Amino acid sequence: MAEIKSTRIAYGEALAKLGAVDDKVLVCDADLAHATMTAFFADKYPDRFYNFGIAECNMMDASAGLAHCGYTVFASTFAIFGAGHAFEQVRNAICYTNANVKLGLSHAGPSCGEDGGSHQAVEDIALMRTLPRMTVIAPCDAVEMEKAVFAAAKTYGPMFIRTGRLPTEVITDESTPFEIGKAVTLREGKDAAIIACGIMVAQAMHAAETLAAEGIECRVINMHTIKPLDNEAVLAAARDCGAIVTAEEHSVIGGLGGAVAEALCGNACVPFERVGIQDRFGQSGTPALLAKEYGLTDKEIAEAVRRAVAKK
Amino acid sequence: MANFEAKAKQIRADVVDSLYAAQSGHPGGSLSCVEILLALYENGVVRYDPKNPKWEERDRVVLSKGHACPTLYAVLADVGFFPREELLTLRKLGSHLQGHPDMNKCPGVDASTGSLGQGMSMSVGYALAGKRPEHDFNVYVVTGDGESQEGIVWEAAMAAAHYNLDNLTVLLDHNGLQIDGTNDQVMSLGDIVAKYAAFGWETCVVDGHDVDAIAEACKAPRCGKPRFICCNTVKGKGVSFMENQVGWHGKPINEEQYKAAKAELGV
Repeated sequence: MAEIKSTRIAYGEALAKLGAVDDKVLVCDADLAHATMTAFFADKYPDRFYNFGIAECNMMDASAGLAHCGYTVFASTFAIFGAGHAFEQVRNAICYTNANVKLGLSHAGPSCGEDGGSHQAVEDIALMRTLPRMTVIAPCDAVEMEKAVFAAAKTYGPMFIRTGRLPTEVITDESTPFEIGKAVTLREGKDAAIIACGIMVAQAMHAAETLAAEGIECRVINMHTIKPLDNEAVLAAARDCGAIVTAEEHSVIGGLGGAVAEALCGNACVPFERVGIQDRFGQSGTPALLAKEYGLTDKEIAEAVRRAVAKK
Repeated sequence: MANFEAKAKQIRADVVDSLYAAQSGHPGGSLSCVEILLALYENGVVRYDPKNPKWEERDRVVLSKGHACPTLYAVLADVGFFPREELLTLRKLGSHLQGHPDMNKCPGVDASTGSLGQGMSMSVGYALAGKRPEHDFNVYVVTGDGESQEGIVWEAAMAAAHYNLDNLTVLLDHNGLQIDGTNDQVMSLGDIVAKYAAFGWETCVVDGHDVDAIAEACKAPRCGKPRFICCNTVKGKGVSFMENQVGWHGKPINEEQYKAAKAELGV
């Protein structure tokens, strides 16, 4: 049985570790420190932690102000509030000014569960991806999250790191490479490529296993960085495998599926399927039932691969 | 005072010149904040170095009512951040003098603004940084009365009081007018001084066209709270046909108006 751990806990732990080695790191939150897990940092470094109360817009602008005084600022809240409610502040105060602010936005997607559709961001990747200067990362597991946080601190500029509430499988280890903007191939195969991000990477691995038993060999690509997208990895997958399926815990409009479609269009002509949320809002329920309801399991990925392969 | 009268006329003439050259922009709210910016930059309030615009320990000045940037640009040029001739490039392609201030393009501009309210809350971040052990600087914000209708202004006001930001001073250019009419016609501010006081700020009211009075209010000893200075001003000040006229918020200046404005300013 694989280790189970949420990426938000890994995010909080990574910040606390980062705080010990980088005194230029400041952390901001908007009254959700015990949900985004920035509390781990706040407990260790209270003098480098700012709580802005339930005022996400003010937090984003103030984070930009702090960052422009030479600090690396991690600002956290739920993805729906950070990418949605404070979109304009992220755009004008952080991206437009090129502030060194990292948005660690949690509770993304239906896996946030019972809080329901008002809290389940399904469009955050799409929103953040349209912003000039913004880097968008959706780590696949807790181990990769720590690498992403440390890489973010070493890389100047606005960045969105997507974290999840749900404890999920750890599928990478310390030796798995992580470089912003560079896709990681977790499994080789020649019949189809599954390009996934976030918690759907584990589902993609399960689907690949099921398909292998049927004689369909899949390349599984962990596209942890959605922007800048590793276009080379996408085009190589099209060339080598001849069919592509994307998988994300996000709307199929504008997220990873949209980004991969943009990379393929005009450059490669292969069967292409997108697994994700089909232009719907979320709702209350257990994460497991919601994953089934919204088609976010290995089963849907495997079906999409079969459809794509049949079209070759 | 006489010195500042002449200086204020010169800055107003620069503002009118640049807006006439741009054939767009915001005359009314630019002319109302001339003395506020003169007080900050030319009456010993703000610490800055035109030769080193990014000096880490400089005081930060944030024009949160970013549309009034022609005045900020004129004052920055006047104190030597860039040549005065460049004022005529305002709003033109490739100019560092953007239609709303861009900190990455214009030397001396400490915050990109234009989206109202943003400068207020960015300033909270600056002021927090200014109070950290590594730093020691003050932050001055020029905000508008129409801008005060933005909710984020009050998020910023709450945070500034919560963190006891006594290195933060907000100067309100209170000219009473906004695009669609008077403040009271569009969205009443009520007693804005009392509102800031209720949010935990130290407050005072000054004549917003008195450079010395504004500077004195800025320099008064601090008492552990953020400071709000309500500067009562006249929109379009100094150009009689623009004064107190809602229509002059954002209107291009034609040749006849330009000549009349320059004649009145005597520069």
